[in-house]
Amino acid sequence: MSMIFGVPLAVLSGQLLIGVINGAFYALLSLGLAVIFGLLKIINFAHGAMYMLGAMVTVIMFDVMGVNYWVALFMAPLLVGAVGVLIEYFLLRRIAGQDHIYSLLLTFGIALLMQGVLTNIYGVSGLRYSMPDLFKGGINLGFMFLPYYRAWVIGIALVVCFGTWFMIEKTKLGAYLRAGTEDAQLMQGFGINVPLLVSLTYGFGVALAAFAGVLAAPIYSVTPVMGSHILITVFAVVVIGGMGSISGAIITGILMGVVEGLTKTFYPPASSAVIFLVMVVVLMFRPAGLFGKEA
Amino acid sequence: MSQSFDSTAIHQAILEQQKADGRKKMLLNAVLVLLLVAAPFVLYPVFLMKILCFALFAVAFNLLFGFTGLLSFGHAAFLATGGYTTGYLLTNFSGLSTEMGILAGTAVATLLGLAFALLSIRRQGIYFAMVTLALAQLVFFFFVQSEFTGGEDGMHGIPRGHLLGMIDLNNNFNMYYFVLAVFLGCYLLVQRIVSSPYGQVLKSIKQNEPRAVSLGYNVNRYKVLAFVISAALAGLAGSMKSVVFQLASLNDAHWHMSGEVILMTLVGGMGTLLGPVVGATFVVNVEYHLSQGALRDWVDPILGGIFILVVLAFRSGFVGELQKFFKKNLG
Repeated sequence: MSMIFGVPLAVLSGQLLIGVINGAFYALLSLGLAVIFGLLKIINFAHGAMYMLGAMVTVIMFDVMGVNYWVALFMAPLLVGAVGVLIEYFLLRRIAGQDHIYSLLLTFGIALLMQGVLTNIYGVSGLRYSMPDLFKGGINLGFMFLPYYRAWVIGIALVVCFGTWFMIEKTKLGAYLRAGTEDAQLMQGFGINVPLLVSLTYGFGVALAAFAGVLAAPIYSVTPVMGSHILITVFAVVVIGGMGSISGAIITGILMGVVEGLTKTFYPPASSAVIFLVMVVVLMFRPAGLFGKEA
Repeated sequence: MSQSFDSTAIHQAILEQQKADGRKKMLLNAVLVLLLVAAPFVLYPVFLMKILCFALFAVAFNLLFGFTGLLSFGHAAFLATGGYTTGYLLTNFSGLSTEMGILAGTAVATLLGLAFALLSIRRQGIYFAMVTLALAQLVFFFFVQSEFTGGEDGMHGIPRGHLLGMIDLNNNFNMYYFVLAVFLGCYLLVQRIVSSPYGQVLKSIKQNEPRAVSLGYNVNRYKVLAFVISAALAGLAGSMKSVVFQLASLNDAHWHMSGEVILMTLVGGMGTLLGPVVGATFVVNVEYHLSQGALRDWVDPILGGIFILVVLAFRSGFVGELQKFFKKNLG
């Protein structure tokens, strides 16, 4: 077997693959955070809980109604997005204009509440969700084995990330959004319903998290606390990428997954901390993050 | 200058008012101290010590958040560092006195605070919160992986030892009065800091940082110092906590702990001196009583609900709302 730096090629590429997949999740989640932060200036501490809700809803819908994976892929983000719209309408809107820190604290409370309630109902041990039949098996690339489902996750995550970036940076709707957050009154004057736009943006951001949750359901263990573990890592990714930078969130997300995978191969004890280490180093030289603008 | 003739009279009146307020405050403080001294005869001393340790933690946090406007989401790191350091030293060096162990824990937390401050100080607002959170997470992973912390099990059997080589701290009453003395000392220190010219600068940074800069203050230096003092006091709280309970655990390093101290400060009233103490008392009691009763499993969601309620409707907290009420109704 061929070796690279004393590590078998198959092991290295296997870890790299896992890294890219984790990176795809980081990218989807940090993208949602960046959309919500960049446009609404809300640090969404409930983001991990929304990701968890997406996965839980997928499993529950399957158990209760037999809803299959493909339907869940649309339904779960839609449902969670609707929850997000309600949260924005009834809670977050009330503290608009206050110090941003209150939105952080409010969403933290929401996350605690949701996670706690679901833990009481479903416990913390993982729920099972089986892979759709289509994705059973995989392909042998010669140097490694690539399961179909993992290839699908990487592919669809990239498509969704690119689509979101395109929508916000290149379309008219995206332009309204950016303008509405710059000067809400002026946009109102042009006849744009800015409060609705804000609600929908928050809903869309958390729907992205829920979408990541559906993708995660067949490969990670689905538990009410799954979001709180990943959330802090994703925040670090957002800080490294530069808060509010859409493309920064996507690129850094995938990059950090790879960095984590490589660390796991060469020095496993540091693998859970390496992203935070990268963050410290980046902050020392570029306080605004890799893709962020100096504020 | 037409205003100059009555400005002295106004000044006089303000001074009188301040004196009267000061007397009222002194009286209130004296009553509270008396209550604290008498408390262990009525309530279980270990529970009271838990409240005092968390109250000190919250007071430390509030110096930074309430008075300087810096939201650190990583204060658990200092609590845990103080606790683990003190625990490790007292367990492994039997010659070391308890007070030296606590001082060492505080010192290490202080140094860590300096490192955090230097890394995070260049960012503001939410960015600052995120950076401190991530740094604290790094500390958490360090504690998870290190052998001396006992990993997930934590550090057990930390000896309480003797204070100054004479007073046996295994006696809960002795321990309580030691913790109370340290707490009151720190509380007075923070009170002194907040009312000093230095504290006035901190408040001005909170209210309008660009203006403070334009007045010629080296804002970053003030902020770093505030952060370091806050980290030191949080570390001291952790050190004492590990001696009181004779254990140090990962719980103290987890980011939920950083969230909890925010909740304590917010519920009690951030930016007030007494607020964090009231908030810590409230939260520790809620957690304790819920965990005893039928709602045992609902502590987290209920805390989450309190968080939401406080942010939406109650932003000044218990003490802040009371102060507003008195100002409005009693002049």
